[in-house]
Amino acid sequence: MKRIELCDGADAEGFRQAVRFLVAELIPPAEVVWSSSNSPALFGEAVAAGAPPVALPKAVAELVGLVVCHRDPERYALLYNLIWRVLQGERSLLEIASDPLVHRLHIMAKAIRRDIHKMHAFVRFRRVEASDGEWFVAWFEPDHLIVERVSSFFIDRFRSMRWSILTPVGSLRWDGDQLTTGPAAVKGDAATNDDMEESWLGYYESTFNPARVNPSMMRAEMPTRYWHNLPEAQLIPGLLQAAPQRVKDMTEREAMAAVKRNPDKAVAAMTDQEPKTLEQLNQLIAASEPMVPGGTHAVLGEGPDRADIAFVGEQPGDQEDLQGRPFVGPAGELLNRMMDEAGIDRRAVYLTNAVKHFKFQQRGKRRLHVGPTAGEVKHYRWWLEKELSFVHPRLVVALGATAVLALTGKALPVTKMRGPAVLGEHPGFITVHPAYLLRLPDAEAKEAALALFLQDLRAIKALAQRTRE
Amino acid sequence: MALTSLEKLRILADAAKYDASCASSGAEKRTAKPGGIGSTTGSGICHSYTPDGRCVSLLKILLTNYCLFDCSYCINRRSSNVRRARFSVDEVVRLTLEFYKRNYIEGLFLSSGIIRSPDYTMEQMMLVAKQLRHQHGFAGYIHLKAIPEASPWLIEQAGLWADRLSVNVELASDISLKKLAPEKDKGSIRAAMGQMRERIVEAREERRSFAPAGQSTQMIVGADDVTDEAVLRTSSDLYSDFGLKRVYYSAFSPIPEASPVLPVKAAPLKRENRLYQADWLLRYYGFTVQEIAAGGEDGMLDLEIDPKLAWALKNRDRFPVDVNSADRELLLRVPGLGSRAVDKIIACRRHTRLRWDDVGRLSGGMKRAKAFLVTADHHPSHLTDRLDLRQRLAPPPRQLGLFE
Repeated sequence: MKRIELCDGADAEGFRQAVRFLVAELIPPAEVVWSSSNSPALFGEAVAAGAPPVALPKAVAELVGLVVCHRDPERYALLYNLIWRVLQGERSLLEIASDPLVHRLHIMAKAIRRDIHKMHAFVRFRRVEASDGEWFVAWFEPDHLIVERVSSFFIDRFRSMRWSILTPVGSLRWDGDQLTTGPAAVKGDAATNDDMEESWLGYYESTFNPARVNPSMMRAEMPTRYWHNLPEAQLIPGLLQAAPQRVKDMTEREAMAAVKRNPDKAVAAMTDQEPKTLEQLNQLIAASEPMVPGGTHAVLGEGPDRADIAFVGEQPGDQEDLQGRPFVGPAGELLNRMMDEAGIDRRAVYLTNAVKHFKFQQRGKRRLHVGPTAGEVKHYRWWLEKELSFVHPRLVVALGATAVLALTGKALPVTKMRGPAVLGEHPGFITVHPAYLLRLPDAEAKEAALALFLQDLRAIKALAQRTRE
Repeated sequence: MALTSLEKLRILADAAKYDASCASSGAEKRTAKPGGIGSTTGSGICHSYTPDGRCVSLLKILLTNYCLFDCSYCINRRSSNVRRARFSVDEVVRLTLEFYKRNYIEGLFLSSGIIRSPDYTMEQMMLVAKQLRHQHGFAGYIHLKAIPEASPWLIEQAGLWADRLSVNVELASDISLKKLAPEKDKGSIRAAMGQMRERIVEAREERRSFAPAGQSTQMIVGADDVTDEAVLRTSSDLYSDFGLKRVYYSAFSPIPEASPVLPVKAAPLKRENRLYQADWLLRYYGFTVQEIAAGGEDGMLDLEIDPKLAWALKNRDRFPVDVNSADRELLLRVPGLGSRAVDKIIACRRHTRLRWDDVGRLSGGMKRAKAFLVTADHHPSHLTDRLDLRQRLAPPPRQLGLFE
């Protein structure tokens, strides 16, 4: 018979070493007696140190990690039994959930998971004013030996706070940077009141619906053993007692006529909420959050109301973002030149973009343009449509594929669709974006493309004139 | 006299409690950036339970209970004499953070009565979420109730900050909606849901964040005479048309200051419970609305027994089923076997032949399963044909307390 003595608490490390030793020595579970104490006697440490690690399936290792936290003194014996059988050829043993040993271990693991979950849920911090600022202190009594296992949850969630969780089996202390584990504490070490507790109790009371009393459901999810550490639980008896009378009052009271007058005017005005002018719309856009990554502030459309032609581009670029105006970068300059040549006065047309913010990626000091996704373009559609409804141009020109997508809701090939087209509700014209012309590397091809673009602009001018007549 | 903030909290929590959707689930796993606070876990956490058995997971409040709408079933309709209050954006932000720091809650559920206009109200709600995320680096859960009448761009903006957006259908039938909620319009509710669905799907494809926990809705049952079958049909359509994460059912319960057009009596909570069970069968057990409805009578679910058992009793020719050989779809139809138990059965039987006691370790519903299941050492023989099977399996009738 081999005696193995481990540390009190969840001694995962001691158990691992013992298993290595026992497996190396081929000692079957029936010949091992497990116990734990405050200061365990060493069990042949020299032998254990030389014993090779034991390779276990991942699911088994995970189950062992959980079950060592259980308070049942039999846990080590059960786990060693499992490990032994797995190593003796039953590699898939854990899959056989109907096996009595596996079943029992699963129930234990479930109890641990539940205990961890309840600790996440039921810890209540109280704020304490310390000489160096505020601390949040909680007292909690877990069923099992899970204190160290829950620390990562509380660190992740309350990283920027300083807090302590005290329990009868150990404590955690987080100073905003470092976690310290400490010895067992007593309830008296924790704070007894908190400045928000009155609000919390008020909330708890008000969110309860007396017409649906179901205390057994409550107890199943929030067992009474937790109640003495939950400030809100002191309200439960009173709420239950008063509930029947409250419901009786509610159902017996006759419906009363409204005391206040019907606010006819406000009700009538309620649906009248859309922006009434381009200016109002622009205020809305300017105040809204960019719906693309990067984007600092909105670059709004520019040009006279009731312009004959509205040009819709893709999105503002680096220069546009800095100056807060559309089409002022290299592509804008090219567009200006070509419009000049085609006899279109830039001041007489309306210029805007499908997406109102500059989407970019920071690369060192440079901000690299990133094309908007289809979904992002759609986010901005409502604004564009509204904007065009105020400008009410005779002709809407889509510069490039993004503008076409924004105006029609469909991804259409620009080169195939080039020319006059109906864009959503508007008579329109599809052509390329001037930035595309700038990017063409081949001089000859570029010249040809520029000529074609100029031809488009002339056609646009003619079309706009014709619709005016 | 001005209300204290505690009084406001009481009024606005009281006004929000008729919304059943409390879950903090479905969010992507995330933790706050340095200096921020909060995390989401995926499955959500219930931090407390009230004596109605409902969980307290989120700080569930209205921004205001002043309202221009006049929906009969709602305690906050403009013609109700209920006490009114209004929170400022800052007050809600502060309350959320202070509650969160004490580990009372997972985050915020914010809804509101309609004041001034739907757009104005939606914007205020959106600002609460934006401030929490932007100025306080709040990474906890945020559920915003979208106002279907608000302009689309506000919903686009709200989706940037919220984990979940929802619009309440409230009533399964159009006629009831017209009668009980004169200002609500089914068209705009569906349009808002459609818009949200489209954005959520796009964002997922483009790996952007837009209401990552999806959308949900709530239907009130028992305020009109719509059948369970019609309710479930509406749910089934909503799940398939709008990819909803959850449909919540709320048994109509009497409210203070009730409108005269409403029934005075509460709908049985059991009905709500059966609808949730049926909803589960729709989503995870491969049942159709028609099959579930056939288990009951006249389009209403059986209140005494659960809908799966009700269906099985009316389809006895399909049983018993052999636990060691039946395929998954069939096992899922066995009363008393949940989907987890079925998955365990399938894993186990690759290695061993299951006996009655083995299955007993995998499922807690063996009493119900007995007549429908064959194991290596158990055959129900004539049990399935017994006329009194229903009586044997239904819980014994008992005196129901007034509030059960």
